[in-house]
Amino acid sequence: MLVYTLKRLILAFLVALTVSGITFSLTYLAGDPATAIAGETASDADIEYIRELYGFDRPIYVQYLEWAGKAFRGDFGMSFYFKLPVADLLLERLPISMTLGVCAISFAILLSIPLGVLAAMQPNSILDRLALGISVVGQAMPSFWFALMLIVMFAVWYPILPTTGSETWQHFILPTIVLGYYATPAIMRLTRTGMLEVLGSDYIRTARAKGLPQHVVLFKHALRNAVIPVVSLAAVQFGFMLGGSIVIESIFALHGAGYLAWESIGRNDLPVVQAVVLVFSLFYIILTFLSDLLNAWLDPRIRVG
Amino acid sequence: MKRFLAASALASLALVSAVPAALAGKADDTLNIVWERELENVDSYFNTAREGIIFSRMTWDALLYRNPQTMAYEPLIAKSYKWVDDTTLEFELNEGITFHNGEELDADDVVFTYNWVSNPDNGVKTQRNVNWIKGAKKLDKYKLQVMLKAPFPAALEFVAGSVSIYPKDYYEKVGPDGMGLKPVGSGPYKVTELEPGKKIVWEKFDGYMKGSPKGTPTIGKVIQRTIPERNTQIAELLAGRADWMWRVPADQADRLSGSGRVQVVNEQTFRIGYITMDAAGATGDTPLKNPLVRKAIAHAIDREAIVKALVRGKSSVVHSACFPTQFGCEQGVTKYPYDPAKAKELLAEAGYPNGFEIPFYAYRNRDYAEAMIGFLNQVGIKTNFGYLKYAALRDKIRAKEVPMAFMTWGSYSVNDVSAITSNFFTHGKDDLALDPQVKELLHTGDTTVDSAARKTAYSAALKRIADEAYWIPLWSYNTNYAFSNDVDFTPTSDEIPRFFTAKWK
Repeated sequence: MLVYTLKRLILAFLVALTVSGITFSLTYLAGDPATAIAGETASDADIEYIRELYGFDRPIYVQYLEWAGKAFRGDFGMSFYFKLPVADLLLERLPISMTLGVCAISFAILLSIPLGVLAAMQPNSILDRLALGISVVGQAMPSFWFALMLIVMFAVWYPILPTTGSETWQHFILPTIVLGYYATPAIMRLTRTGMLEVLGSDYIRTARAKGLPQHVVLFKHALRNAVIPVVSLAAVQFGFMLGGSIVIESIFALHGAGYLAWESIGRNDLPVVQAVVLVFSLFYIILTFLSDLLNAWLDPRIRVG
Repeated sequence: MKRFLAASALASLALVSAVPAALAGKADDTLNIVWERELENVDSYFNTAREGIIFSRMTWDALLYRNPQTMAYEPLIAKSYKWVDDTTLEFELNEGITFHNGEELDADDVVFTYNWVSNPDNGVKTQRNVNWIKGAKKLDKYKLQVMLKAPFPAALEFVAGSVSIYPKDYYEKVGPDGMGLKPVGSGPYKVTELEPGKKIVWEKFDGYMKGSPKGTPTIGKVIQRTIPERNTQIAELLAGRADWMWRVPADQADRLSGSGRVQVVNEQTFRIGYITMDAAGATGDTPLKNPLVRKAIAHAIDREAIVKALVRGKSSVVHSACFPTQFGCEQGVTKYPYDPAKAKELLAEAGYPNGFEIPFYAYRNRDYAEAMIGFLNQVGIKTNFGYLKYAALRDKIRAKEVPMAFMTWGSYSVNDVSAITSNFFTHGKDDLALDPQVKELLHTGDTTVDSAARKTAYSAALKRIADEAYWIPLWSYNTNYAFSNDVDFTPTSDEIPRFFTAKWK
C-alpha cells in the first residue's frame, strides 16, 4: 500500500505541475494583460508603464517561475479588479463553493446509492423504472431551468426558502438540490449496474446459500464491491461540482469561487483566474488521489494491479 | 409509515420556522435594491462602473449639482461659482457642511481633492474625469480656485458630477484602499456596512446639509445586494424580498408590468447606438471609402422599425452623432430616411450595382445587429458577421481591423457633445473618418468658453459628419426600472438612479 501511495503521490504532483504551467500560459493567450489592466481610457504610455510595473515585459518562463514560487507559498498576487490579495478573495469565497459542493455530493450520494441498490434488487420492477425515470429527468433537465423553477416555487408561490445569499444553512437548500440532482443519474446508474453484476456473482450465491440475512448480503458483501467505480465517479463529480457550480452560484447569488472565476475571466483579472483554476485543479487531483487510495483499500487487487 | 410521516412533518415545520424573515421594505423603512454587477472598489476614483456612479452620488457630494430634469448647474457644496478667465474657476463654499465622520468640509478638503486626483501618480482610473485639472489653490477658508490645463468649457459637467469631494484628513490617512472599505463622504447617505462585491448598506445621514438640491433623504436605510442573474432578481422582486431593480429586458418588463405586483417605468438614456464605418480606408481599400456607399447603407436600414419592434420603450431614432439633450447637439443635420430603392440607386452610382460583401461586427444586442444585417442584405450588401466581447472589438477597431461595426456610447452621462462627438472624431484611436475639418471644428468647440461660439463649431462639425455619413447614428437606448408598488421613484435620462430622492408612497 505504501509503494502504491507513493507512486500515486508522485503522479499527482506531476499532474499539478503540468496544470499550473498550462493554466499560467493559457491565461496569457487571452490578450495583452497590460491593456486589460489599463482599461478603456489608457494611453499607450500608460499601458507601457503598467507592462513594466507588473513585469509583463519579461520572458513568460521567468514570470511563471516567479508566480509558481509565490503560489507555492500561498501568495497568488493582487486582483487587478478588486485590488485585494487573491488569497484573501479565495479564502472568503472558497468556503461557499466547498459548502455547496459537499452538500450537493452528499445529497447526490444519499439519493442515488439507495435508489441504485433498490433498482438493482428488483430489475424491471416499478421501483426500478421509477429510479431510472428520476435518472433520465435529471440528465435531461437543464440545471438553470430547474433552479429557476425552484425559485419560482419557493420564492414567489410559496415563499418559505431564501433564494439568494449564503448567510444561513437554509440558503444552501435549493442550490444543493439543483446541483446534487445533476450528479444523481450517473451515480445511480453506476450503482445499479455494479449491484446487478455483483448480485449475480458466485460469492453472493454462496453467501445466500450460507443463509446470511438479506441486508448483510446486500450491504456487507455486494455493495462494498459494487461501489468501487462509484467512489471514483463521486470524486470526479465532486470536483466538477466545485468548479462547475458557476451557473448555480450565479442564479442563487452565492458569490462563491466558481462565480468569481467566471466573472474574473470576463474582467481579464488574470491573478484570480490563475489562482482559482489552480486551486480547483488541485482539489481535483487530491480527490482523484484519495479515491485511488480508497479503491485500493476496498479492493486489494488494485494495489498490485 | 406513521413514524416516517411524523418525522417529515416535523422536518418541514423546522425548515419553515427556521427560515429568516423576509428582508424589510416599507414596514422597516428599508429600500432593498439589487443589481447584477460586482463593484471592484467603491472609491469613486477607482472604478469605472455605472454602479460606482450611483454609489458616489449617494455617498459623496460634488461642488455643484446638475439638475437631472433641467440640466442646469445648481449650488451644492459650492454656493456660487464664476469663470475668472478661460482657465480658472472660482468657488465659494457653503459653511457648516460636515462629513459623515464629523469632519468639517472647507476649502482645504476641496483643494486637497482636486490636487490629489489631478496628480497622475495617484492613478485615478478614469483619467478623462480629472485630466483637465491643473490644480487648485485656497483663497480663504471657504473660497478657492480651480485651475484648468487649457480652456475646457465642459469642465462644469465634471465639477457637477464625477469630482466628488473627499475629507482631507481621512483620505490622507487611509488612502484609496481605506476609502474603498470604509467610505466617508458628505452625501445624503452614509455607508454603515460594506461587503465588497456583495452588499452595501447606507443609512440616511442626519447631518446632511439643509437646502441641498439633492433634497433631504426620507428613506431610513438602503440595502444593495449583488444578484448576478436577472431572473433571480425578478423572483426576489415579486416575492417582496427586493424593492428595486433595473435593466429589465423589454419582454420581461411587459410581463412584470402586467402582474400588477410591481411598477415598471421606462426611461431613455444618454446611450446611443451607431454604425461606425472606415471612411478613411485605414482597414484597406473597402467600398466604405466612397460616401455614396455610406449613404446607401444609411438609407438601407429601417431604424424606425427596429426601434418599434426591438428597442422599444422611450427610445427614438437619432440622426446626429450625439444624444439630443447634450450641449451643442445640432439636430438640423442631413437625415437618411429608410429608402431601399434609393440605397440601391446610390450603390449602383458608386459602382456596386450588385452590392458587395463586408465584415460587420457587434458586441451587444445581437438581435438588433441581425435585423440590420437583414436590411443590408435586401439592398445587396452581404455581411460577414462577427460578434465579440466589447474589449476585444474595441481593440480590433483600434488596430484598424474593423471596416464596419455596430457600437454604442453612453457619454459617461456627460451632457455635452465633447463627451461623444469629440471622442470619436478628433483623430483618436476610435476615429475611422479622420476628417481634418471636423477635428478642427470640434477642437474649437472643446476649447472655447463662449457658448455661442461652441454651438456654432459643433453645429458645423455635426452637419459635416452627417453630410459625409461618417457614422450612421441609430437610436437612443432606454432602461426599464421595476420597483415595488410602495416606492415612489423617478428615473432620469442620465441613467443615474438617485435613491436619495426616492420616497415611500
